[in-house]
Amino acid sequence: MLTDSYNPLEGKMLSILDKDGKIINKDLVPDISDDELVHMYKTMLLTRILDIKSLQYQRQGRMLTYAPNQGQEATQVGSIAASEKKDWLVPAFRELGAWLYKGVTIEQIFLYWYGNELGSKFPEDVNMLPICVPIASQLPHAVGIGMASNIKGEDVVTIAYVGDGGTSQGEFSEAVNFAGVFNTPTVFIISNNQYAISVPREAQTKAKTLAQKAIAFEIPGIQVDGNDILAVYAAAKEAVDRARNGGGPTLIECVTYRLGPHTTSDDPTIYREDSEVEHWKEKDPITRFKNYLIKKKLWNEEMDEKQKEEYNTLVNNNFKKVEESGLVPLEDIFKYNYEEMPENLEIQYRDYVKYLREEVK
Amino acid sequence: MALLNNISAITEALDQEMGRDNTVVVYGEDVGFEGGVFRATVGLQKKYGKDRCFDTPLAEAAIIGSAVGMAVNGMKPVVEIQFSGFVLPGLNQIIGHVARYRNRSRGRYNLPMVIRMPYGGGVRALEHHSESLEDIFAQTPGLKVVIPSTPYDTKGLLLAAIRDPDPVIFLEPKRIYRAFKQEVPKEDYVLPIGKAKLVNEGSDITVVAWGALVREVQNALKDLKDEGISVELIDLRTISPIDRDTIIKSVQKTGRFLVVHEAYKSFGPGAELISIVNEGAFLYLEAPPTRLTGFDVTIPLPKGEHHFIIKPKQISDKIREIVSF
Ligand SMILES: Cc1ncc(C[n+]2csc(CCOP(=O)(O)OP(=O)(O)O)c2C)c(N)n1
Ligand SMILES: [Mg+2]
Repeated sequence: MLTDSYNPLEGKMLSILDKDGKIINKDLVPDISDDELVHMYKTMLLTRILDIKSLQYQRQGRMLTYAPNQGQEATQVGSIAASEKKDWLVPAFRELGAWLYKGVTIEQIFLYWYGNELGSKFPEDVNMLPICVPIASQLPHAVGIGMASNIKGEDVVTIAYVGDGGTSQGEFSEAVNFAGVFNTPTVFIISNNQYAISVPREAQTKAKTLAQKAIAFEIPGIQVDGNDILAVYAAAKEAVDRARNGGGPTLIECVTYRLGPHTTSDDPTIYREDSEVEHWKEKDPITRFKNYLIKKKLWNEEMDEKQKEEYNTLVNNNFKKVEESGLVPLEDIFKYNYEEMPENLEIQYRDYVKYLREEVK
Repeated sequence: MALLNNISAITEALDQEMGRDNTVVVYGEDVGFEGGVFRATVGLQKKYGKDRCFDTPLAEAAIIGSAVGMAVNGMKPVVEIQFSGFVLPGLNQIIGHVARYRNRSRGRYNLPMVIRMPYGGGVRALEHHSESLEDIFAQTPGLKVVIPSTPYDTKGLLLAAIRDPDPVIFLEPKRIYRAFKQEVPKEDYVLPIGKAKLVNEGSDITVVAWGALVREVQNALKDLKDEGISVELIDLRTISPIDRDTIIKSVQKTGRFLVVHEAYKSFGPGAELISIVNEGAFLYLEAPPTRLTGFDVTIPLPKGEHHFIIKPKQISDKIREIVSF
């Protein structure tokens, strides 16, 4: 078990690919088909392009607040790739790669950040909860899904995400504790990107690692190089398999870095040095994985350029579609608060429609 | 005098009070090193040190709960909650403890603390960044709830809130954080908590608003000027305890009443105000006291927010409707 040999209290972190894409831990290379490796890479690439384009749209005033993902693609894609279609994804708000892998459409992602509730209405066959803004409050939901899975006797696993900052919330500890007590099939992924807005990881907790928070709850915990997609996948796969076989929850801390701002309203130069960012750019998860695939002859620079171009167009087209989608109809802000609209809402809706009609006259 | 906006008025009040009273401590998420996501606490850590102004881990319950302990032990904590939508993990502390310490200890403990938070919609923000929750706090015995609408009021009310012996929820209308500037005295001054402000004298109708809505009403009044409708505008400034006297006297004079707020309609502050009007000025009324409020629906994301946000035209139309009743 990886979780036995990588004890977070001993400062051990799982890594398989070094920053140049060379294998440094041969025995631990996970068994992933060539097609799947390429699919994972392409998802990372799409994530990066969607991110870059979103920042551009935002700067052009065509997009509202957006939370970028650059640098965290391996954590996002490596973890979800270890699960199956039937499994659940419980997001925080910065896991674009995981959402795309899970089957959320580009259009929906743009709808959400564009400020339209339809962006949280995922296709019926995508088992994913809406993006969750109140930090760590999603984690008890993930555990509840697992408690239901146990009662129903289904072999479905839930992958839940939270940031390093999120581990300070009560709901984080409460959820992990529940998961332990009820032995739920839950895999907690901590995307430790070193910051909660301006607050660095060290100011969040005195604990040396976030993975060691598992120990108090007597569940397995492991720290992995979050920019190494093979390491993330290997740890997640072990955890998913354990959960599916009745072995209960696992806490995985992925050590990564947010290369961009917290959101488009944030100015990271206030709280961190450029040199730090440069240092982490050298560990870019996409370059690293690409070099690995090139060495394996599964990918090449020419394919890369072509793929990027294709994604650029795809992203652009989807964004334009969303841009043209217009405003949310009045009716929709009333319609979904209850199964049946109560009288107070009906009156408020009717009166307002009447007012708007008279106002136009 | 200095030309300040609502944000810089907060910074100035905190700065002056930290300088005057070394029991005042300021903390919250991103509050120390960065100076807050809205920059309300900028420069304070540098000036007063990390003991007096600091970042906390991301945990609202502990931010507010620790402020209780601080206040019990001789400090005057002024904590920041990044957005009012994120105070919810701290409600257990606020409603369960902050509001009750004085009463349950029969006066042995009082909590001179302030919980500041930006609130309200109209800035096309992400989910959970636009709510107006003043009613939840105003409904809780033991809390004072203050909402300033100008830089001058912001400074004077925040200084009053910090010096108040009871806990104050200080809600900051973020829509107008930087909307305009005003000359604000450099020196120290306090404005009374629990007193409304007469913004505009008038004789036909009393309109009560607070926070960002005060300006919306003022914009609406421009429309009405030429129509000969004389509006008395009152900025409530303190939601709890409410200034009954000012409102009742005004309605006794005008005979008509409108309250405008963005908080949800049902069980909202408008219902309370209308009850006060009915109790104190019923026989003077010439039209039903009325509220113009947010709908009873979850505040929409930006692409639907315009349906929810109250526009000046709606306010002036409502005033016309009441006056011609
Ligand atoms: C309960 C709550 N408090 C505060 C916020 C404001 N906020 C948004 S993101 C964030 C930092 C989150 O840090 P982390 O968990 O590390 O996730 P990251 O942003 O780094 O992905 C904060 C404080 C929030 N969304 N929810
Ligand atoms: Mg983080």
